[in-house]
Amino acid sequence: MAAPKKGRRPTGAQGRPGRALAIILIAMVALTAGMFLTGQTTPRLGIDLAGGTSITLKAKSEPGKPGAINETNMNTAVGIIERRVNGLGVSEAEVQTQGRDHIIVNIPKGTNEKQARDQVGTTAQLYFRPVLAFADGKPIAPQPTPSTGASGSPSPSPSTSGAPKASGDKSASPTPSSSATSQGRAVPEALMATGSPTPTPSASESKKADDKAPTPSAPAPSGADAAVADLQAKFIALDCTDEKQRANVGLGVKPTDATLACGKRGGTWGKWLLGPAGVDGKDVKDAKGVVDTQRGQWIVTMQFTDKGASKFAKITGELATKQSPQNQFAIVLDNEVVSDPYVSQALTGGSAEISGGFTQQTAQDLGNMLSYGALPLSFQEDNVTTVTAALGGEQLKAGLIAGAIGLALVVIYLLAYYRGLAFIAIISLMVSGVLTYTIMALLGKAIGFALNLPAVCGAIVAIGITADSFIVYFERIRDEIREGRTLRPAVERAWPRARRTILVSDFVSFLAAAVLFIVTVGKVQGFAFTLGLTTLLDVVVVFLFTKPVMTLLARTKFFSSGHPWSGLDPKRLGAKPPLRRTRRTGTGTGTGSASGSGANAAAVSAPIDAKEA
Amino acid sequence: MSKLGDLGARLYRGEVGYDFVGKRFLWYGVSILITITAIVALAVQGLNMGIEFRGGAVFTTPKTSASVAKATDSAAKASGHEALVQKLGTGGLRIQISDLDPDASTAVKKQLATDLKVNAADINSDQVGASWGEEIANKAWTGLGVFMILVVIYLAIAFEWRMAVAALVALIHDLTITVGVYALVGFEVTPGTVIGLLTILGYSLYDTVVVFDGLKEGSKDITKQTRWTFSEIANRSINGTLVRSINTTVVALLPVGALLFIGGGFLGAGMLNDISLSLFVGLAAGAYSSIFIATPLVVDLKEREPAMKALKKRVLAKRAAAEAKGESPDDFTEEPGDGTEVVAQGRGGRASGRRR
Repeated sequence: MAAPKKGRRPTGAQGRPGRALAIILIAMVALTAGMFLTGQTTPRLGIDLAGGTSITLKAKSEPGKPGAINETNMNTAVGIIERRVNGLGVSEAEVQTQGRDHIIVNIPKGTNEKQARDQVGTTAQLYFRPVLAFADGKPIAPQPTPSTGASGSPSPSPSTSGAPKASGDKSASPTPSSSATSQGRAVPEALMATGSPTPTPSASESKKADDKAPTPSAPAPSGADAAVADLQAKFIALDCTDEKQRANVGLGVKPTDATLACGKRGGTWGKWLLGPAGVDGKDVKDAKGVVDTQRGQWIVTMQFTDKGASKFAKITGELATKQSPQNQFAIVLDNEVVSDPYVSQALTGGSAEISGGFTQQTAQDLGNMLSYGALPLSFQEDNVTTVTAALGGEQLKAGLIAGAIGLALVVIYLLAYYRGLAFIAIISLMVSGVLTYTIMALLGKAIGFALNLPAVCGAIVAIGITADSFIVYFERIRDEIREGRTLRPAVERAWPRARRTILVSDFVSFLAAAVLFIVTVGKVQGFAFTLGLTTLLDVVVVFLFTKPVMTLLARTKFFSSGHPWSGLDPKRLGAKPPLRRTRRTGTGTGTGSASGSGANAAAVSAPIDAKEA
Repeated sequence: MSKLGDLGARLYRGEVGYDFVGKRFLWYGVSILITITAIVALAVQGLNMGIEFRGGAVFTTPKTSASVAKATDSAAKASGHEALVQKLGTGGLRIQISDLDPDASTAVKKQLATDLKVNAADINSDQVGASWGEEIANKAWTGLGVFMILVVIYLAIAFEWRMAVAALVALIHDLTITVGVYALVGFEVTPGTVIGLLTILGYSLYDTVVVFDGLKEGSKDITKQTRWTFSEIANRSINGTLVRSINTTVVALLPVGALLFIGGGFLGAGMLNDISLSLFVGLAAGAYSSIFIATPLVVDLKEREPAMKALKKRVLAKRAAAEAKGESPDDFTEEPGDGTEVVAQGRGGRASGRRR
C-alpha cells in the first residue's frame, strides 16, 4: 500500500488521462444502466427507515453442546425461521445470520408484530408422529364416513381421502388432562395398543374449528373424549391451502398430544391427523441425504441415539402392523409435515433409511432438517425494534438534510480555500456519490444490502474521508508550485507522493471499516459497510477521475496560467520568484525538495520537503 | 482564506512554524493531565450507560400535544419504572423506560397511546435486553483488539515499529479522552457511541498516518546530511502537513457536525446523534494527538538510536564550527540544543528569526 507499484494505472493516468476517464465513465453508465435494467433505482431501505419490525435473535449455547452454534446450524435455523415468517404470509421478510451467533429477522410493516415475535423466537421442533389420518389440504365435504371410534381402535378410514369420524361436539375446551399427559408419555402403547390418543387441542385450533367447521354428526365414539372428536372435526375443516390457517395449525400443541399438521405432498398441500410424538428430534444422532448406489436413487439415512433407537424400534414395530395410512409416521418440523414415510417392518438397528421419490435436493434438505432437529438451537431476543414508516421517513429526511448541509459546508470550505480547484473536488465528490448510490441500489438486489440509518450516517461521515484525498493531492500540487514549477509538471510530480499517502491512509480507514463490519452485529454493519464501500470508491475516484481530470485541466489556460481564481496562483501560493529559485538551485543540493530525495534536498529557503501533501 | 493560504506558504518555506517537537514535554504534560482527568472522571462519575446496557424499552411517539411531564407520569404509571422523556424536533416524544420487560412493553405501549392520544400503531418501540448493549460493547472490545494488532503490524511494515508504537499510544490517548469526555459531561453511552468510538480508530490513524508518511519521506536520507537532526526534520514534517491536517480535520468535522446538530437536533437523541457525538469528540482528539503526541513520540524513540545520536552530534558540531568561523549560519540561526546530551531541539522557530 505504502509503495505504489509502477503499474499501468499511474502511467495510464499520466499519459492518457482520457482512458482513465473513459473507464470511469463506462463504469458509471454501466452501473446506472444496470440499475434501471433491474428496476432497482433506489437503494433498498432498511427496516428502520421503511418501517416494520426488526428482531435480533441470539443463539444460546446449550449446556453440553458447545459446538452447536456453528455455521451449518445457524443456516439451518435461518431456513426454518424463514419458513415460519413466510407462514405468516409475509413476503419480503428477510432472515439472515449476522456474525457468529445472531439472526436478524426483518419483517416489513403491516404484519402482526406480536405474532411474528412469538413465532420467530421459539425453538425449532422436530417430531416423529404416527399418522392417524391423511387427507388433501382442502376442507372435507361433510360426508361422515362411518368408521370405528377413535377409542376402540385407532384405525379409521384407510383411504387417504377418507375422513375420520367426527363428533357433534365441537366444544372448544381444551382438555389438558393429566391422564393425557401421562398416557402420552408412553407413546406407542397409548396410541397403538391401548387406544385413545387423548389429544389436547390448542385454543387456536379450537377457535378455528368454531369458525369453520359445522361439524357433521357422527356416532359418538364410545369412550372417546370430546377433545378427540373436536380434533377430528377440525381435521375435516382444516384448509391447508390457506396460508393463515397453515400458520396457526398445531400452534402450542404439546408433543404428547395428538395434533393436526399441514405439509406438502407431491407439490400440493395435504393435511394430517397425527398421534403423539413417538420420537423427537433430539433422538436423531445424524441424518443425511445419500445416493443408494444399488437402486440408484436418493435416500435419507438416519442414525438414532441409543434412546432414540429403542423408541424408534417401538414405534416402527407398531406401525408395521397397521394399514395405510396408519402404517406411516410423519416427520413434523414446526408443525409442518416434511415427510411421511410408511413402515413395513420394525426397525431396530438404531438406523433407518427413508426412500422413495427423493431428488438430491429434497433428500439433502430432509437430511438437514433431521440432523438439525438433533441439534436444536434456541434463541433469545436481544433486540426488537418496531418503526412506523412515518418516523422512518423523518429519520431518513433528517439524515439526508444533515448530509446535504454537511456536504454544502464542505463545498463552501473547499471553494473558499481552493477556489477553482474546488470544482474538481466537488465533481469528484459527485462522481463518488453517483457510484455509491448506484452500487447501493444494485447491492440491494444482489446481496440484500439495505440502507439503514447508520448506513446513511456512514455515508455522511465518508464525505470527509473522500474530501480528504483531494486535499492531500491539492496540497501536494500547491507545494510543487511553491517550488516554482509550472502547473503541468507540478500535477505530475505531486501525484506519486499524494497517491502513496492516499493509499496508506485509505488502507487504514478501510481496515477500520472491515474490522467494524466483521465484529459487529445488525445495524452497525450497515455503518461499517458504507464506510468501507466509500473508502474503496474514494481510491477509485481519485485514481480514475480526479487525477486524470487534473492532468487535463492543467492544460487549460485558466489553471495553468495560475488565474487568481484557479486556486493555483503561484503568487498567492508564495512560489519562489525565479531569481530566488536560481540562487537556490546554485546553493542547494539541486535535487529539489520535491524530488523526494529527502533531507539533503536542503535548499536555502525550502530546507526539507517534509511536508507531505 | 487567503490568510490561511499565505500561512500555508510560509509554513511551507519554514518562515513560520511552531516548535511542536521542542515543546513536546509541554504537550505530553497537557495530554497526561487530560488523560488523568478522564480516568478520574471515569472512576468517580462513571459512564452514563444507555438503555441498551440496562435493558428496557424506548418508545418514540409521533407528534403529540401531550406534555413531557404528562408522558413521564403516564409511562411511570404504566410500567412501574422510572421513565425518561425527551421532546423531539418532530414534535414527538422519546420515552425511555429502563428495566422494562419486553413482554410488558406491549401493554405500556397501549397505555401510552391512550394517555398521549396517539395511535398505538404509530408508536415506534425499541426493546432491548440488558445484554444487547453489552454484547455490542464486547464485540467492540474484540474489534478494538483486532484492529490495534492489525494496524500495528501494518504500520510496522509500511513505516517502522517506532511509528507503530507511537500511533498506538496516540490511539489509546484519543480513546481515553473521548471516553473521559463522555464520563465528564455525562453523555449517554449507547451502541451508537461504541460505533463512533470504533470509527475514531480509523480517523485518528488516518491523520497520524499522513503525518508519518511525510516524516518518513523527509527522513529518508537523513544520515547523508549534516544540516538537521531528526527532531528538526520531524518538526518540519508536522509544520509541512499542518495546513493539510487543519483542512482535513475541518472537512471531516463539517459533515459530522451537521449530523450532530441537524440530524440530532431534528430527532433528539438517537443513533445519528450518538455516532456523531463520539465522532466529533474523537476527531478533535485525533487531530490533536497526531500532531502533538504521535510525532513527538516517534522523535523520542528515534533519537535513542545510535545513528541518530551520531547525526545529532555531527549536526551540532558543524553548527558550532560555522559559528566559530563567524559565518552567519545560513539555515540554523537558532542556537543548537543546550548541550549534546539533551533532547533534540525543535527547529520550528529557526527560519522565522532570520526572515522575519
